[in-house]
Parts: sequence; C-alpha cells; structure tokens
Amino acid sequence: MEGTMQGDDLAAIAEKHQGSRRKYCLRTCMSAGCMSSRADAIKKGLDAEVKAQGLEGEVEVRRVGCMGFCGLGPLVGLDGMKEREILFEHVTPEDAPAIIRAVQAKDHGLQVADPDHPFFSKQMRVVRANGGIIDPERIEDYVAANGYRALYHVLTDIRPAEVVEEITRSGLRGRGGAGFPTGLKWGTVAKSPGARKFVVCNGDEGDPGAYMDRSILESDPHLVLEGMAIAAYAVGADQGFLYVRAEYPLAISRLQTAIRQAKQLGLLGGGIFETPFTFNVDIRIGAGAFVCGEETALMASVEGRRGTPRPRPPFPAERGLWGCPTLINNVETFANIVPIINRGAAWYAGIGTERSKGTKVFALTGKVQNNGLIEVPMGITLRQIVEEMGGGAIGGAKVKAVQTGGPSGGCIPAEYLDTSVDYESLTKLGSIMGSGGMVVMDDSTNMVEIARFYMDFCRDESCGKCIPCRAGTVQMFELLEKILSRKATARDIAMLEELCDLVKHTSLCGLGQTAPNPVLSTLRFFRNEYTELLQPEPAGECAASGQ
Amino acid sequence: MAAKTLKIDGRQVSAAEDTTVLDAAAEAGIRIPTLCHLEGVYDAGACRLCLVEVAGTAKLLPACTTLVAEGMEVVTQSDRLRRYRRMTLELLLAERNHVCAVCVANGHCELQSLASEHGIDHVRYDYRFPRWGVDATHPRFGLDHNRCILCTRCVRVCWHIEGAGTKNVAGRGAKSFIIDDLNQPWGDSESCTSCGKCVLACPTGALFDRGSTVGEMERDRTKLEFIVNAREKKQWIVSE
Repeated sequence: MEGTMQGDDLAAIAEKHQGSRRKYCLRTCMSAGCMSSRADAIKKGLDAEVKAQGLEGEVEVRRVGCMGFCGLGPLVGLDGMKEREILFEHVTPEDAPAIIRAVQAKDHGLQVADPDHPFFSKQMRVVRANGGIIDPERIEDYVAANGYRALYHVLTDIRPAEVVEEITRSGLRGRGGAGFPTGLKWGTVAKSPGARKFVVCNGDEGDPGAYMDRSILESDPHLVLEGMAIAAYAVGADQGFLYVRAEYPLAISRLQTAIRQAKQLGLLGGGIFETPFTFNVDIRIGAGAFVCGEETALMASVEGRRGTPRPRPPFPAERGLWGCPTLINNVETFANIVPIINRGAAWYAGIGTERSKGTKVFALTGKVQNNGLIEVPMGITLRQIVEEMGGGAIGGAKVKAVQTGGPSGGCIPAEYLDTSVDYESLTKLGSIMGSGGMVVMDDSTNMVEIARFYMDFCRDESCGKCIPCRAGTVQMFELLEKILSRKATARDIAMLEELCDLVKHTSLCGLGQTAPNPVLSTLRFFRNEYTELLQPEPAGECAASGQ
Repeated sequence: MAAKTLKIDGRQVSAAEDTTVLDAAAEAGIRIPTLCHLEGVYDAGACRLCLVEVAGTAKLLPACTTLVAEGMEVVTQSDRLRRYRRMTLELLLAERNHVCAVCVANGHCELQSLASEHGIDHVRYDYRFPRWGVDATHPRFGLDHNRCILCTRCVRVCWHIEGAGTKNVAGRGAKSFIIDDLNQPWGDSESCTSCGKCVLACPTGALFDRGSTVGEMERDRTKLEFIVNAREKKQWIVSE
C-alpha cells in the first residue's frame, strides 16, 4: 500500500494495533540511560519469564523510550493493574520473576516509585507525551497514539500559509536556546524565493549535562519526522535533513528505523496521503564538533564541508543549504508541532507566560536528589523545579546555584530561585533558557572552577575560524587557571573582564559570543570567590605603564 | 543597478548596490583595517578587525561581508573599535611564535604593520609558545606554522583562483592548522600545481619562497587581483 495511505488507513492500523494489545503491559525503558544499565537484558529476562509462565496471552513486554526519572533507572512500568500503574525502579535482570509476581498481584518486594511524587505530578507532558509509553521502533504504536493524524489534517484541510499562521499564533519559540519565534521563521522561509527549499532538524545537542533531544529522538522519532513534514509543507520544501551527532547511535538507529517504516507506509516520499506533497528525509551524522550545532556551521557540515560558521546575514531562511532557503529548527521545536496542530494554537498559547508559551523539557542533573528529564510549563519557578521536583541538593547540602544554558548560559544563585523559567527572565539574570540543560550545584561547588570548566569546553570546541573566540578563550582559560592557582592579582580579573567583553562582542558566531557567559555570571554573583583567591598587587611596579 | 547613499564616519558616500561597506569605504578613501580580506577572493569574515558600528544595529558587523544599504550610518573608528582591534592583534601575537627579527616577512608583514599602526609596543597576554613545525618539503615554497594566523587566504586562493584545492584547515580551535591534501607533506602533494598563489596571498611570513632570508619576502598581491579581474570582469588593462 506504499504511497496510497489515506486517513482511514491510519485508523485501520490503529485499530488493528489496539486489537493486539494484552491486558497487562510491562513497559521497559530502553533509552540510552537505562540501556547502559542492562535494560536489554531486563527485557530479555521479562520476555523469558512471561513465556515460562505461559502468560503470553495476558502480558505484553514492550520496549519503550525514556520515562524521565533517569536517576532511578532502569525503570519498568506496569499497566493494566486494578488500581494504577506501578513503576519499578533500579530494576535488574534478576528481578523478572518478582515483576511477574507483581503482575499476578502477588507480593513482589521490589522498589517502586511513587506516582504522586512532584517529580511526576508537576510535569506537563506535551512533547514527551508518548515517551515511555510507545515502542519507538514500531510505527503502529505511534499511529495508534494518534500519530500522523496532524500531517493528514494539514495536507488535506489547510493551506501552507494557514499552517504558518497557526504556529505563529501558538507563540512557539525556538527550543534550541535563542528563542526565535518559530512562526516568524517559517513565514520567512515560506516567503523567500527559491527553486528548492530545505528543512533541517538540528539534533546536534552538545551542552554538557543536556540530553533532552536525544531522549525525544530515542523515545518518539516519528513525532519529530511528522513535525518536519508539516514544516516542509508549510514552507514549501521537499527535502529534509536530520542532523544528529554521532555520539547518539541509538537515536540514529531508531530514526533510521522510523524513516524506513514511514516510507513503507507512504508517510514519507512522493504523493503523501494522495496529495501532490512530496517529502523525503535523510540523516546526516555529525562528527563530534560542538560548533556544528550553530546553524551556519551545521549547514556547511551537511553540505560536506568543514563545519565552520559564516557571518549572518544572509540568514539560512534566505540563503541556506546550497544557497536555497532553509528552515532550521531544533528537535524539541519540531516535536511541538504535532501537539499544536492537533490541539490548536489557542490551547498551546494558554500554557506558559506572556512571551514564553508552551512547555520546556529540561535535563535536571548535578547535585540534585532526583535526576532526570522533566517537561514543565513555562513560567514555573526554578525553586519548584529544583526543590520540589528535584528534591533539593543531595545529602542535606544547600543548593548554591543552578546552571542553565550550558557553556552559553550562566549560573543563577540560590537567592534567585523564585525566578520564573521563561526566555526573558533567565536572560535578565545573565543566563539563557538554552536547549534545556539544568545543572544544580550545591554549596561545596567552587564557582571559579565551574567557570574554568566551561571555558575549557569552549576553548576546546572553538572552531578556530575567528580570532577572538580561538585565541580569546585560550587566554581566558589561562587567566582562570592563574586565579585558581592563587597567582593572580586584581589586574588579571580586569584583564579577564576585558577579554569577556571582546569575545562577546566581536566573535563570529554564537559559540564565541556566548562563551564568556559562565565567567560573567559567576563574576556577577560570586565575585567574592574570585577575589578570595587573589594576591596583592606587587609593589614597585611602574604605575604609569598601566600594565 | 541602483546606487545607495550612506554615511561612513559622517561622510556622505555613494556606492553601487551589492558593494560591501569595506569597498565603499575604500572608494571614499576611508581605510578599515583587515587581515583575512584579500582582493579577488570571497571573504571569510574571520579576523574581526574590520568590524564597524552600524547605527540601529546592536551588533558590530564585519565591513567585508556587510552590504551597503540606503541611509546606513557606519562608524569605522571609535575608542571601542580601536580597543577591540588592538586586543585582537595582541591575541594573535601571543598565539603563535611571531619573532619579527628573524622573519622573512620582516618589514613586509601585514600583522606587523597593523600592530605598529595600533601602537602595540608590547603584548599584555601570556605568550603561548606552542610547538609548531615548518614544512620545507616543497621544492620552491615553505610553510612555517609558527607564523600562521589562520586567515585562510591561502586556502581560498588555492580553491577559488587556482582551483587546485590543495590547501585546507585541519583541527579546531587553537590547534587548527593549514594542511596540504590530506595532511601530507607539501612536497608530496599531488594536487598542488606549485603556482605560488598561496605564497602571494599570505599576510605574514608563514608562506614563503624558499631561499629568502630575513625581510626578503616581498609579495606583489596585484597579481592575484589581476587574474581575477581579467577572468571575471574581463578587465586586464591596469593603470599605473
């Protein structure tokens, strides 16, 4: 039935799939985090146990994506019980018989998570709705979860300009970090003249501690593909590229599976849903350079050239891949499209704050009790995230600061924890929303060391094209080293600040322009930690030279 | 083609559409310092020395890749810009091993000229003293990585004017360096035509004619411009 998919066929697939469901379902997290703790052996063990007990007709063992509470992994969820779902934590392959006992409502003696825990109850799952529920390697699961309905609706009922209009009205802003209005970007690409146009999904997530996009790709790849297809229809593109970093092999393999399955069902390719709309997606694998997350460097890499940025304008919307108008959005941005189409712009715009709409996925990591992925409505406070959902610092320590935005962001001190999580508020504090990394630091953390860590990262990841970023980050790193080894004087701090100013304002791309942020924000809020390490100014030096 | 009128450093200037701010300024006799820019090849916007202030734009823009616009107001000289240029040059001088006294390009070096123009009599940053080698495998030319500022002029002339595609950049950040083919000794390169355009393009003493000694490396860059103008604009008569 390739290429002849219709709306009814989607319903048929969903129905057939529902019919194959069992009474109980053991959802086994097989995302990268749990996989590294032998999740594949756990699933094998459960499969074997179900077979041994002859329960195949009653129990389904399903491979699912990330359930979020990664700190408790490996996780196995049990659906179909009388009361409510049970979530087993820290599961080992040896636990299989006990889990099956639980299915039979017998005593199991396993550790289970509290489903009313604020870590879960304060979440609002929009882009992660299917995460941990569906099998990411089976398109039927996605279709049964209302998948590809939004694409069908868009292709058969609404004009491209109306799709752009809908996204604009939703208030969605880019989830890659900078927060550019998505509808405006789509509109610009749609209006740019070009014989051919492209849609690119930026999956080169690279901030230390951040893994939101990896999780989305691993847990719900079709959601991203469908979002890209809708975008392609809206802007008039027929080819998409998914740029994923090579460090995400599981995400890449699941995307390959998803693309193959979507092609088989005619949901990608020519004449989708019997319309003239054609859309193909190819995967491009990044070779390990952080800078390739910058859109112009990413495009150079897709074209097969050295991944270095170029000055903008011209912006990719005007002149992108091979000189053609190109739409580049982040993974999470594309993952928001289907919910917006399905539930309407007004619904989406009702979530969040005045200028930051919808939800945001964060990777809550660092010195916090509860580690994992959370999806929260914009406007939630940092305190709610860190203290209520995250359970505060580990071992009774005090939270000192929260780092958002990775090497482009900053450290927000504990006294500002009541700040609302939205683009503007975080920027006001010298940090950024960023792509969703959120690293909690406790009172044992040395903030100068944190600044050095991020500067080391930027120094290493600078592409080397422009001088301020290439040579400036090296000198800033050396100054931070000097301060930490207690050899610096107040003059070195002044020199560091002067370099921050230079690198921020003269670097070519976002990597360099934001590289000083971790230093600037720690200098702003934790200056005493720098000055405590300083030596007195050596006496007798020539004051007139000023050097 | 419509002409645009704009103000550069308070002066009214007219320029053809699609002209860069750098060219418009040059035409009006206003010199903006550059290092990676080279007449005849596309611009990289990498050295950041030609950054200028444009009214209504918070960001500083590179004059070499910014096109003129009607009513644009450009400032090419300000205390802030001079400070940034000076710091950028200092960063370059500290980055590798620039020792003018023993350099083939002494007296004919763009980095040296700009440094003296900006009053750099000493460098405030710690010299990095990295260990870089010299590629002297080519029979006619040499490449001293110690003097390279990674402006990529050589790469661009090699690809754009000569079309050989021998030169490229490998590594990243401060560890970036110029390579030939797939990082082979220059002398072993099969794609190099030994045209010498890269040597003509180099702003420092990094690329040089073998056999030249201190201060002997003078280059006639008008040759590159001549080739491009003859080829692309069909203009081969050069006024003296």
